[in-house]
Amino acid sequence: MNLSGYVGGVGVLGPGLNDWPQAAAVLSGKQPYVAAPTVLPIPAMLPPAERRRTGRVVKLALAVALEATSNAAANPARMPSVFSSSGGDGHICHEICQALALAAREVSPTRFSNSVHNVAAGYWSIATGCMSESNVLCAFDASFVAGLLDAMTQITVDRQTVLFVAYDTEYPPPLHAKRPIPDALGVAMVLTPERTARSLACIEVALTEESADRMADPELEALRAAVPAARSLPLMRLLADGVAGRVVLDYLDVSRAAVQVRPCV
Amino acid sequence: MKPMQPLLLAEFTATSCIGTGVAPTLLSLLEQRSGLTHCNFETVTIDTHIGEVSGVDAQRLPSQLRIFDCRNNRLAELALRQDGFIDAVDAAVARWGRRRIGVFIGTSTAGIMQTELAYRARDPVSGALPTAFEYGTTHNSFSVADYIRQRCRIEGPAMAVSSACASSAKVFGAARRMIEAGLIDAALVGGADSLCLTTLYGFHSLQLSSPAPCRPFDVARDGISIGEAAAFALLERLSEKVSGESVLLHGVGESSDAYHMSAPHPEGLGAKRAMQAALNAASLEPGDIDYINLHGTGTPSNDRAESQAVTSIFGPTTPCSSTKGATGHTLGAAGALEAVISALAIRNGLMPGGIQTTRIDPTLTAHYIKENRRAPLRRVLSNSFGFGGTNCSLIFGRAG
Repeated sequence: MNLSGYVGGVGVLGPGLNDWPQAAAVLSGKQPYVAAPTVLPIPAMLPPAERRRTGRVVKLALAVALEATSNAAANPARMPSVFSSSGGDGHICHEICQALALAAREVSPTRFSNSVHNVAAGYWSIATGCMSESNVLCAFDASFVAGLLDAMTQITVDRQTVLFVAYDTEYPPPLHAKRPIPDALGVAMVLTPERTARSLACIEVALTEESADRMADPELEALRAAVPAARSLPLMRLLADGVAGRVVLDYLDVSRAAVQVRPCV
Repeated sequence: MKPMQPLLLAEFTATSCIGTGVAPTLLSLLEQRSGLTHCNFETVTIDTHIGEVSGVDAQRLPSQLRIFDCRNNRLAELALRQDGFIDAVDAAVARWGRRRIGVFIGTSTAGIMQTELAYRARDPVSGALPTAFEYGTTHNSFSVADYIRQRCRIEGPAMAVSSACASSAKVFGAARRMIEAGLIDAALVGGADSLCLTTLYGFHSLQLSSPAPCRPFDVARDGISIGEAAAFALLERLSEKVSGESVLLHGVGESSDAYHMSAPHPEGLGAKRAMQAALNAASLEPGDIDYINLHGTGTPSNDRAESQAVTSIFGPTTPCSSTKGATGHTLGAAGALEAVISALAIRNGLMPGGIQTTRIDPTLTAHYIKENRRAPLRRVLSNSFGFGGTNCSLIFGRAG
């Protein structure tokens, strides 16, 4: 069975990448890349009580998931999802570990609830009312392709539309020195088994031993290498160019993923 | 969801506070023995009970994999060494090829205890963590999956599933999809979650842990007892190896509550949806299920919601119980541990009665059993639910 399907809508947010139209212009060379700290929007889709409790990882994942589902004109309330991230909320983790290092060991109950790796998927389901399944993964630096493979198996085996979100946020010091992710970056795509009016491209994914493609722009290449979700950038560039082609994305030590892209024009 | 192709549970093993390997685990279930003890873990000062696995600290990882050294990977190593599991993995590698086997491991906190310890040893001037502290191979959720794939020299796709207490039930779903898609022929699935301060103090802060050993479905139940466990299985395409005695995975059902981060839907709507999806995937009717291994954590809200969900599908007569009074709630390992308990139940015709519970809550309508029952079991359903409103139900059964 070929792992193939259609990209129906894309969302992007990262340092110097504000949304998919602007990121597409940068990735296809129509605009210069200007690095700037990632600006995370308040998740207006959440009820106010929940909104106050959300950290950076939830804001990031919800922003790109919302952009992708809007661009795909798809109803998020009926869509299974795959959320893949190389870590949970680094700031919450830091605060819990700091509290546990003190004699009182007072862990905030809200922080503890929000420390789970599936915090973004949980808030996404609350925000959209979606009761479909959500798979929440981590594969360290291989997290983007790990999530893409899982999403592709869902659309090929179960023939259902899937929302795929890959996102990473930074750890504050002192963990930052051990895991130096520079800033928040997320990408999301709605993947469908059949072509729709909104389909950007048909993609086919297979494992390979070839080396991963790099970005020509040194700053974008540095971003690709520094943030696991940014390992997607060569694929995003091809989608932005709107041309047929093939890219190899970084995955495990023994394998990479080759993605064949055919635009829907 | 459309029906799934059943898969063979070719091998399985489990290590928890009731047993290191399946033989002592089964014996504990037969004797209705609990492994819960009053908490004296590390420097923890909470008045609660825990399910601690003995001998974890004494485990040594192979020298080339020392960078993975932490309590969670030691627990995984201890569990992998039981029941000839590593030999069985080697045989699967010889049969299918290294690249054709995937690794899918559930965990909620992996080796976060290394970071907890490192934060106590920060440089007093710079605040830096100790030089020897490794993040990626201990704390990160993927560390246990990466350890297992390197330990077993498996080169197929790999992932950690980390959706709180449903993690290691959901690995069966991810493995099922990848096998059915043809990317792999077999999968090493399971879960490993070890005791740490984050979960002990975290559940305590939410007032969800009990001072007493947890009493699922009891009228006086007042919270969970945190345990630790590692449990693994080899999941394969059906082949000539299947006999009448074989245990198969018939159905996986998943859902989300879309309700609250740390409280279940009050009527158990998400739980109900997961159980129904598992029945649909297995092409079974509710009456085909002989026994249900509940999530049954012993919190007032979980047991109430789960009982409602179970009764709404199965009615008030299908026997069900929680084994968490014996093992504690092993969080990200609970799904895999209870999958192995379900397989043992089928193989031995045993419905394990729920221990620690004295008086069943009369307002809970599900048919909760406290005493062991012996009867041939064809189909068993196992529930796992987690924070974030994530739900997963698995159906196992005899091939014959």
